[in-house]
Amino acid sequence: MADNPKSMSIIVTKGSLDWAYPPFILATTAAAMDVNVTMFFTFYGLELLKKKLDLQVSPLGNPAMKMPMGGIHMAMPNIVGMLPGVDAAATVMMKNMIKKKGVASIEDLRTAAVESDVKMIACQMTMDLFEYKMEDMIEGPVLGGAASWVDLATKSDINLFI
Amino acid sequence: MADKTLDAKGLNCPLPILRAKKAINEISPGQTLEVLATDPGAVADFAAFCRTTGNELMESGQTGNVYRFVIKKV
Repeated sequence: MADNPKSMSIIVTKGSLDWAYPPFILATTAAAMDVNVTMFFTFYGLELLKKKLDLQVSPLGNPAMKMPMGGIHMAMPNIVGMLPGVDAAATVMMKNMIKKKGVASIEDLRTAAVESDVKMIACQMTMDLFEYKMEDMIEGPVLGGAASWVDLATKSDINLFI
Repeated sequence: MADKTLDAKGLNCPLPILRAKKAINEISPGQTLEVLATDPGAVADFAAFCRTTGNELMESGQTGNVYRFVIKKV
């Protein structure tokens, strides 16, 4: 199996709590299945590399977000979703559900990714644009740009954009 | 009797697979790992995990709501 390892790259562009899951779930699972994984974090995805994670989920403009409430599933009208405090409340609800259902936290998945040697590239341009500093990020990511990903992608069996 | 047992009951995807991988790293080739899980997705996932990694899925069964897998490390 290890003689001919498969490889996967994931471009990570989103930084909300819900969208943080797919890239980290796929990266950690692939790594557990002996796949060489590289994650390329760009734009809001860079949020997921910060030492202190403060990820939020927002029902605003998301008609598919139907949270279970007293036995039924309810979508939130935008006019409610835009009120102050609604995102914070939705985030608390989501985090409670995550705990209750035995779903891993993003912190745990990220640690698992680092421990299983998932390579991480932080987009230099976005770091610059958003005035982020490598000191604010976890240990491990290296700086790179589009060419780094293209080079990698030409050699990868799986390339995902999330 | 498996050489090692992993209790992954109550854990959801992808934790049973991640924990199983860790446990497999701790046993020697030829030894077996028993995994107990309650995530119904684990049935398809452990089969897929073994197909891709080359480890052998020796048993896959269910008692009540607990799934049981025995994996032999290659």
